[in-house]
This record gives sequence, C-alpha cells and structure tokens, in this order.
Amino acid sequence: MARKLKLRIWRGDSTSGALKDVTVDVNDGEVVLDVIHRVQAEQMGDLAVRWNCKAGKCGSCSMEINGKPRLACMTQCASFGEEETITVTPLRAFPVIKDLVTDVSFNYKKAMEIPAYEHPKDLAPGEARMEQVDVERSQEFRKCIECFLCQDVCHVVRDHEENKKSFAGPRFFIRIAELDMHPLDTLRNRKKTAQEEHGLGMCNITKCCTEVCPEHIRITDNAIIPMKERVADQKYDPVRWLGSKIRKREGIL
Amino acid sequence: MSSSLERHKYDVLVIGAGGAGLRAAVEAREAGLKVAIICKSLFGKAHTVMAEGGAAASMGNANSNDNWQVHFRDTMRGGKFLNHYRMAELHAKESPDRIWELETWGALFDRTKEGKISQRNFGGHEYPRLAHVGDRTGLELIRTMQQRIVALQQKDARDHGNAESFIKVFAELTITDILKENGKVAGAYGYYRETGADVLFEAPAVVIATGGVGKTFKITSNSWEGTGDGHALALKAGANLKDMEFLQFHPTGMVWPPSVRGILVTESVRGEGGILTNSLGERFMFKYIPDVFKDKYADNEEEADRWYTDQDNNRRPPELLPRDEVARAINSEVKAGRGTEHGGVFLDVSKRISAEIIKKRLPSMWHQFYELAGVDITKEAMEVGPTCHYVMGGVDVEPDNAAAIGVPGLFAAGEVAGGMHGSNRLGGNSLSDLLVFGRRAGMGAAEYVKSNGDNPVSQSTIDAASARIEAPFKRSGGENPYALHQELQEVTHNLVGIIRTKSELDEAIVKIADIRRRSANVTVAGDRKFNPGFHLAFDLDNMLLVAESTAKSAVLREESRGGHTRDDFPGMNSQWRQVNHIASFDGVQVTVQKKALPVLPKELFDLFDPHELEKYMTPEEMSKGGSI
Repeated sequence: MARKLKLRIWRGDSTSGALKDVTVDVNDGEVVLDVIHRVQAEQMGDLAVRWNCKAGKCGSCSMEINGKPRLACMTQCASFGEEETITVTPLRAFPVIKDLVTDVSFNYKKAMEIPAYEHPKDLAPGEARMEQVDVERSQEFRKCIECFLCQDVCHVVRDHEENKKSFAGPRFFIRIAELDMHPLDTLRNRKKTAQEEHGLGMCNITKCCTEVCPEHIRITDNAIIPMKERVADQKYDPVRWLGSKIRKREGIL
Repeated sequence: MSSSLERHKYDVLVIGAGGAGLRAAVEAREAGLKVAIICKSLFGKAHTVMAEGGAAASMGNANSNDNWQVHFRDTMRGGKFLNHYRMAELHAKESPDRIWELETWGALFDRTKEGKISQRNFGGHEYPRLAHVGDRTGLELIRTMQQRIVALQQKDARDHGNAESFIKVFAELTITDILKENGKVAGAYGYYRETGADVLFEAPAVVIATGGVGKTFKITSNSWEGTGDGHALALKAGANLKDMEFLQFHPTGMVWPPSVRGILVTESVRGEGGILTNSLGERFMFKYIPDVFKDKYADNEEEADRWYTDQDNNRRPPELLPRDEVARAINSEVKAGRGTEHGGVFLDVSKRISAEIIKKRLPSMWHQFYELAGVDITKEAMEVGPTCHYVMGGVDVEPDNAAAIGVPGLFAAGEVAGGMHGSNRLGGNSLSDLLVFGRRAGMGAAEYVKSNGDNPVSQSTIDAASARIEAPFKRSGGENPYALHQELQEVTHNLVGIIRTKSELDEAIVKIADIRRRSANVTVAGDRKFNPGFHLAFDLDNMLLVAESTAKSAVLREESRGGHTRDDFPGMNSQWRQVNHIASFDGVQVTVQKKALPVLPKELFDLFDPHELEKYMTPEEMSKGGSI
C-alpha cells in the first residue's frame, strides 16, 4: 500500500533557508500534512509546521504546495502524479519564523482595526428576531476559518510590503461585509470606511482570493464587488446624486 | 537565563483560549481586572472550533414544553446520575442566557420561522434544544468570543490609550508549571513556542481552561492540543482529578481513509435522520436499547420514522440514544463480524433527506467526506466507528465558582473540569458548559483576586521551573518523544479503551509507569526555536499523568457506567453510583481514593419519576428521597 513520495521542504528561518529533498512513505488516502508529520517523526524532529484540527476546520496548516496557497490537511497526495516531487514552502506574504511557520500577526493587527459589532441598545438578550434569509448573507462570511490563504495570495500585498499598512485584505473585507449585512448591527458607514480606511479601492477584482478559499466563500462576488458598487453608486451615480439633493431639499421644505 | 527573563504581572491568568477560557477572560475583564490569555496555538484555533452540532439550552423556541428542569433531567440521565447535581442544575438554568448573550455580541444562529434561534434534536435531549449554525456551531462560538475580546480591547484603546492595557492574548505559548507560594497560586511559568524563550506570569488567580486529553489515545477526534495539559498542571499543583475513568468514545468518527481516522462525524447527521446499519443491511440499534431507556425510544422502524414528523406521539429513533450506548453498540456489531470493510458500520443520511437539504444542514460534513474520503454523502453511506472524543473526568471544582478544591487561587472550567457530565456527556452540553462555567470561573477568579492580594513568586521557584524546561536539551542518548507517544497511544488504545478488564488495566498501569520512567530521559533534536519535538516532550509528560489517572481509576471501578465499560463487571451498580474517584499526585505517582458523591437535594430529587430513580439508586437512597 505504501509507496515512496518525493518531497521538497523549505527549511530555514528569517536569516536564511533552502529547499531540502526527502523521500518518505505515503499510504492511500493520505494528505500532505500526513507525510510532513511522518518526516517530522522519522527524519526531522525539529521541522516546524503549524496545524491543529487536521480536518479543514481551524485554518492552521496554511502553506504553499507547489507554489499554490493551500491547507496541507486538505491536499490529497494522490492529487499529484506518482513521480512528481511535491514542494512545500511557507506562505510568501508573511515573514518566516522557521521552516513552514510564518508570522501572521499582520492579520491580527488588521482585525483590531475593524470596528466591532454594535448591538441595538434597546434590544434585550433573547428579543432578537431575524429571518433565516437575512442571516444567511452574513453567515456565508462567518464560515471563514482564518487560514489567511486569501491574504497570502492577494497580489496587493503578496509582493508589496509597502501596501500592508493601508490594506486590510480579503479576509477583512468579508468581515466588514458581514457586519454591513448583519441584520442588527447599528454602526453606519461600514462601506465608506472600507473604501477610505481599509483599502477596498486597492482591490482590482482578480478573484485570486475566492479561488484559494477552502470554505468556498465567494469573497469577490458576494462581499467585495457589492461593497465597491455601492460605494461607487453613492459617489458617482448622477441619479443618486440628484436624489440626495432633492431629498435634502425636501428636508428643508 | 533568569537575568533576562520576560516577566508579566496580571490579576488573572487564563490558560487556554477555547470557549471556556475566552468566556472566563471576558468576565474577569468586565469585573475590572487585568487578564492574560494564554493560547497554545494561534488565537481562534482552539479545539472549540471543531464542535459541530450545537449548544444545548432550553430556550423552548422549537418546543415550548422545554425548560431547565427537563434539560436538568436529560443531563443527569445522560450522565447516569453520577453528575454533580449542582453543576447540572446551574448549567440547565443558565444556558439560555449565555446563548442569548452571544447574540448581543454579534453571533448569528440559524433561525426558526418566527425569527427566533432555531433548535435541533440531539441524542439524549427530550426536545429540540441545540442552538446551531449549520454544522459549524463551534466556529461561530469561538469567533464570537474572539471578536468580543477584540471589541473589549478596542474599547480599552479608546478609554485607556492601549488596546492591551487590560486584556492581552499570548499566542503560541505553553505553560509548563503553575507556581505556588505559601500554599496559594502565585502565577505560572512557560515558554514561547516560536522562540523557545522562557516567560514568567505573576498572577494571584489562574483559570485552567485547557480542554481535553484525546491525544493520549490512538484514535481520537481531538487535535494535537488535547494533551491533558491542564489536568496535569492541576494535579502537579496539588488539585485533584475526579472520575478520570470516564472517557467518551463518540460513536461516529470517520474510519477511512487512515489519514482521517477518528475525525468526527457530527451527531447532527443522526439528528437530521441518519440511520445506522451493519454489513447485512440491518438497522441494528433497535437491539441495543437498554431497559432504562425503553419508554423513550422506539423499538420498531415505523415508529422511529414517524418521530421525525410527529415528536409528540412517537418515541425517538434509537440512533439518538446517548453516545455511550451507540458507541458500545457499534463496537459489538463490528466485533461480531458485521462491520464494514474498514472496521466500522454504515451511517446513511441520503435515503431520508434530499441532496439539497443535506448540503444546507450538514455543509461541512458534506465537504469533509467529499474532499477527504471521496464519498458523496447525498448519494452514499458513510463508514463510521467510535473515536475518543471527550473526557468527563477532570479537576475537582466547587460548582458555583469553579474553584479547584485544595488550591487557593486555582480555577478550572470547560472540559478540563470534572463533575458536570457525570459518567457520560450529552452532545450539545459541552458548548453550553463552556459558556456557563467559563463565566463562573471568571467571576470566581475576580472575587478571589479582590479579597486576596499579590503573591510574589520567589527566585527558587523560578529557577526550578526554568531548569525543567532546559532539561530535555541537557540529556543525551534518551529516547525520541514521538516514539514514546506512539507507544503510550498503543497501550491506552489496547488496554484502557472502550471495553476494559482488570487484567488489561493492571497491565496498562505497569506499562504506563515504564513509559514514564523512560520519558524522564527523553532527548530532543535541534534548538528551542519552534521545535515540535521539544514541545512534545512536555505534552508527553502531561499525557502520561492523565493515562495513569485514567487507568488507576478504571481498575478500581467495578461496574459499567457511561464512558466506563468493564467486561468483567458488565452491569451498573447503585452502590458505585454513590462514589466519585479522586486522583491525586504526590510527585512520584498518582493515587486514587473514593469520595462520596453529594446527595441529590429533595427539590431536585422530586423532579424525577421515582420509578426512573429506582433504576439508579439503592433502596436506602430511595427511602430518604434526597437530602433536605
């Protein structure tokens, strides 16, 4: 049942590193994380890799497999050719700590910059009533497991360290969209601040984030584009512009 | 090392960043205290994220007959009346408030037609009771708590100029010792996983919320973090572990392919109508309904099927029996040669529900099987078998404030605490347990801190803790921690598993002691920087103490109850129902003693039909009718 698999693993730290070739047994049905664990147990006791649930639910084992951002626990070895060498490297958009582990603190800093949910002040616990269809819009974004693959693949920051300061990234655009579409959230102007403070405008809709999302969240179509459209509507649409003037006049009258 | 030692001072140190730890931290912060949260992994990755089915709370949204008394009865029944009644009572009374509170922090549960929180059926619960979000309820819970912490930090940034002035999250940090001075908690010591550097926390109160012990076993639904750290830390600090023989083997783990063996298949699959069949195609659960449950579970397929549409006039399908019953039934079928090719049984949801509904109600199960096993559960059956899922045993605590008995300043909540679930936990009672007792531990710690001042850590205590961390690198020629861990898992799997006997447990005790002796000489390769072998050396130490406590408690309990089945003592014994096992550690080995279970007070005793209680209690207990 077992066959030999050729793996090429990046080993090193923030100062230096290189790809190391290893050959390891692989059994039917095993995923890349399984063989990394086997390498760890048998050949490289100090090989650093993050993982937790091994079931695609926690988003810890994010890495690049043959150059593509993926979860190692959800990548079947059998999806590669038997003779193919599988290359595993750390996420490119974040600084390496050691081997396959990167410093993802960028994401936690961005999380801190998104204003929290605000519950209606007069709505007591247990009194909330919401339609299922209304909660489903935000629920799609709450499926996010924070693997940060979308952040890693996004070309706005992938090779542009300088953009990180003003760009929250796809993970946090769906967080803003989630709150914006939350039936109860009372904080206004989330779309506007997404544009003005969190860098929504820097996204040019290449949909790379949607492609790598292991939860199949339609990041671009359901979160980014609708927010961009409405921001644009309010800013540039002549009918809306006129409407806002008329409404203001009505207010005066 | 200690000259450059990183030091922190907090009022409350919370070890563990799952549901219980985060809820405790929120409570302590809201009481005005400075709180440090320790995560063994990244913030938001804790094992709570894996909980699928839901959180049990008698809100009565799906069936207005539900209330705390019904939930209390179900919980006690599920635990075979070994639960600490007060914990089960507090849990049943407070769960609805804890769920509604999450909604005020932004959680979005699935809804009923009236727009209330939807509640689903689950094993052992009389009414639909589990608040849920598809089958990713744990993710919703942890994200809501995580975002609540961030919200409090944002407020602190506005009010005090620094987001981390009152709550700071320390990610990827392992605690190796709880420190005491003058007989009281003084803090904790550990190391950053990333750099390997030592760190000292001085805090008069420590809340342990480290979760479970699954990694002690070979087949488990737990992640690498479930290594019994808090159980071992508490034991070593002088606290006791209660009823460690009780482990829940969840009946439905994946059995194939081997790489996913043990990963959980949520009970919701059965709650939504999934049926269990053996290789002969028999729906076998009808054969395994125990006498104590005969009046609540259907004994024929027709009635079981009718229950899904008419719950008031039909008994429940036996697939929804408590987890221990279902796990034993599957084990028996496989042992009798009626298992699947890979040693499980079939679980099929495709015959009863449309593909569209399956994908909507069980989305992550659909993905899990499709992507990891190549099985489309809307068309074919799943192969499932028991997997080590949850430890009912844990730190012996005071129910009302979660204080660890015997160690002033130490608190424990969630899976690491014992008593709440008795000998078997009902599905859905874990997420509500985290919230109810996480909050109570935070309150308990806050009250303790307000009446107890600082308790500085002495240099000699620091030196001892520091030397322990350095030790694995100073040794040479010892064994590899990975190999010892595998050996331990074989011992627990083969000798302390679902079905136990005295001779095997005796053998396990000897073997565990041998592995522990050898583990004292474990050596690790490489340096301190993000070194998994080094990390495992400490986890291994914890798992060995847990395994020893479990095996020694299990050999003493000469009956079968909940998550403890003895082949040589197959029946439940009402004398044993009055006994808790208390494990303590003297620095050399674990000793287990008997302690009397608190007597059910009369007002709770009277909630039950006496004919039901007779099945569990002795005639003397029945004649007393509970304590006054």
